[in-house]
Amino acid sequence: MSLVRDGAAVAAVCAGVLFFLAGTVGLLRFPDTLSRLHALTKADNLGLGLIVLGTALQAEGILAALRLIVIWLLVLLSGSAVSQLIARLAYRAARQS
Amino acid sequence: MILTLGFDAGLAVLIVGLALWTILAREAFAAVIGLVAFGLLVALAWVRLAAPDVALTEAAIGSGITGGLLITAAARSQPAARSSASDSLSWPMRVVAMVVSMLAAIGLAAIVLLLPAPAPTLAPAAAAHLPLTGLLNPVNAVLLAYRAIDTLLEVFVLLLALLGVWSLAPDRSWGGRPGLAQRADPDEMLAFVGRLLPPIGVIVGIHLFWVGSVAPGGEFQSATVLGAMWVLAAAAGLVDWPPIGRRWLRLVLVIGAAVFLAIGLAGIGISGAFLGYPPDYAKLLIVSIELPVTLSITAILGLLVAGPPSREPNA
Repeated sequence: MSLVRDGAAVAAVCAGVLFFLAGTVGLLRFPDTLSRLHALTKADNLGLGLIVLGTALQAEGILAALRLIVIWLLVLLSGSAVSQLIARLAYRAARQS
Repeated sequence: MILTLGFDAGLAVLIVGLALWTILAREAFAAVIGLVAFGLLVALAWVRLAAPDVALTEAAIGSGITGGLLITAAARSQPAARSSASDSLSWPMRVVAMVVSMLAAIGLAAIVLLLPAPAPTLAPAAAAHLPLTGLLNPVNAVLLAYRAIDTLLEVFVLLLALLGVWSLAPDRSWGGRPGLAQRADPDEMLAFVGRLLPPIGVIVGIHLFWVGSVAPGGEFQSATVLGAMWVLAAAAGLVDWPPIGRRWLRLVLVIGAAVFLAIGLAGIGISGAFLGYPPDYAKLLIVSIELPVTLSITAILGLLVAGPPSREPNA
């Protein structure tokens, strides 16, 4: 049973790392602010979510796992709010020029 | 083993690289962003060094509040920074600056490298006298019992910093509100976050305050989180900054330093030393210092970010 759990944790963390890698490549390579934001939020939302899932499987007790999930939710909230603000600034700047 | 070594090495390389990038950045704003990221990485390094108290402080004060202040400063000095003097700096001056910086770096490195092999430590003494303070977190015992005078002075330094910011106010807006008048747009994203996050942040802040006596946490970290929630609500336009002339505000700002000083002076009569606590009441006295100090630091940090008063008192 612990083997299955460890395997799932490793798979989830690896998948999360992949999302972060793809998000970083997108952040560096995409041409404009909006698509760069798009790449970044994928890393934040899904990448961190998968890493949290993987570490929550390894966490000591349900309380520690819940704490990790709360951290993920807070990052989701701040990430989506900040990207919304940046996107609107970029949109207005693009319309003005 | 190899994994943690690799992680630490990567962290060290990232920290040095980011430090270089921050120094070499041409724009003040980019340099500030670099500094904030640098602070978060350094906090991670403190965690790796098993110093979570320092890590929390670095993240909250070094990265959070300092970063916020510097971003505001960079935004305000943007036009001036464009025509900055950095290009017109003469060559001899640059050489002098380089030599002085290198001397400082070599001196610091020498101090660290020349320490005796088991570095001198007061940790056993701090741990041995922990029961006398009634606290379980030795870091907090150092901050509020053994070296309480340092913490007292820090609170005064913060007050002086706020006075420094306020002294930049033009005469006509003295006693008025800081920041720009703004009303909240209820559909605005920031207003949504400003309503959703503060209840969570206030609970986290109170938790950090309360847990400080047994685990990493304490009044500075707690006050930073609480102050950040105030700044968030104010930035979203949900609450307005108070006019700095209000009596209740002045009272909140000084109550921490005043109570700290009063209990410290009372210690001369009771225990025969400034800031000496009688062991039976140590914990009680420490908590009754921490509570007003947290309140004052929260208000001071929030108003530091708000900046000097910019609106007329009766506007």
